[in-house]
Amino acid sequence: MTPRVYAYYPGCTLHSTAKEYDVSARLVCQSLGIELRELKDWTCCGASSAHSTSDLLSIALPARELQAAEEMGLPLAVACAMCFSRLKFAIHELNDQATLGLVSDIIGGELRNTIEVVHLLKVLEEEKEDLPLKRPLTGLKVACYYGCLLVRPRDILDFDDEENPQIMDHLIEALGAQSIDWGFKTECCGASLPLTRKDIVLTLSHRILHQAKQLGADCLAVACPMCHSNLDTTQREIEAKYKDGVGLPILYFTQLVGLAMGFSPKQLLLNKHLTDPLPMLKEKELA
Amino acid sequence: MTIASVITPSPISELRTSVEKRSGQNILECYQCGKCSAGCPTAYAMDLTPRQLMRGIQLGLKDEVLGSTTIWLCLSCQICSARCPRQIDIARVLESLRILAIAEKSKPAEKDVLLFHRIFLGLIPRYGRAHELSLGVLYNLLSKHFLANVALLPKMLTKGKLTILPPRVKGASEVKKLFAKVRAVEKQ
Repeated sequence: MTPRVYAYYPGCTLHSTAKEYDVSARLVCQSLGIELRELKDWTCCGASSAHSTSDLLSIALPARELQAAEEMGLPLAVACAMCFSRLKFAIHELNDQATLGLVSDIIGGELRNTIEVVHLLKVLEEEKEDLPLKRPLTGLKVACYYGCLLVRPRDILDFDDEENPQIMDHLIEALGAQSIDWGFKTECCGASLPLTRKDIVLTLSHRILHQAKQLGADCLAVACPMCHSNLDTTQREIEAKYKDGVGLPILYFTQLVGLAMGFSPKQLLLNKHLTDPLPMLKEKELA
Repeated sequence: MTIASVITPSPISELRTSVEKRSGQNILECYQCGKCSAGCPTAYAMDLTPRQLMRGIQLGLKDEVLGSTTIWLCLSCQICSARCPRQIDIARVLESLRILAIAEKSKPAEKDVLLFHRIFLGLIPRYGRAHELSLGVLYNLLSKHFLANVALLPKMLTKGKLTILPPRVKGASEVKKLFAKVRAVEKQ
């Protein structure tokens, strides 16, 4: 039986650029009776910058959060794909006793490395048969976009297939929507380069949006704030650069679950996206 | 350099030894099939493709490898590692090369990428968490790309996507200590 109480690590973006992800995740979980207890005083996992510059730092920062979850004695639920990846990597590295000893010294206090880290997508997918649907998403074509950090490397993340994952598709279909079959589910969007090499982000995000649009998707569903930002905030620039009308709303999967469960667009903060999903949802009579 | 030394991997290469030690990967396993480069989303923008980079390590071409744009344009998407028929974790190798390039103080071919990482990490011990606005402002000032992403700013602010003030968390002081301890261990 799935535990119904989790320690919860939102991660930095869920308190800022991806607030709508946090709010919709909490709403949906609460109404399903899944309790998310936020870690007290959590701090950054180090994201892509720590592991690009220091092995030890990239383990010690997430280890601090693992220790906090250990103290609560609960499995740790994570929404951000980047945090998920960094926490799972840290657990993997901490299986080495010497590393565990060194990192315990650095963070201070006991660390046993016994915590299970789960992504909210998996938590909700396991509920898919029992979701109380008030507004099934009939007629909505969704391109499920997983990105990289949820699925690779599989031996460490233990999440789903590395190149053709299905978990999100199954959840979306359970909402009454249609998930499209496409080739860019796990192609990278440009990751942490939007400040430094915007040209690369535009190229990669354009390919993803272009194919989804061509295949008739109404929107993309995502589970990563970084993917969301790259795909949502760049659309105007992409359209200008490539003369290609790629406009597609990018929604967090938690927002789609919430919509199907009958929450209002306002409750789910659907107004936060730069590419406004409301006209499309209204046309489909889903908002 | 003789032709023989070019086609035969140098048996003792300081670069290869240190990469193998850091990454735990056997670089000589690479038989140059190129699947890594075929799948790499940023190979088109790199001066050396991932396959060429692996060959460079085999040959001990330190300056070319550590001075490549490849190591900084790698997005850590892990597709190379997922597809490698020799089960080499190439993404891990690239990660080790970045760390090595920093340790060697070699001039980064994509200096803005390293600057971004430095600013990002510089803010963590200060605030405990990332703060996008501080990151963006500092990056634009220090990289001298003063207008980078500025056009997005009004919309990000009106949509409430950016918090003006940095987060204040108690954990910040602990994180500061954590950084200091990591640096001390790494100096040893």
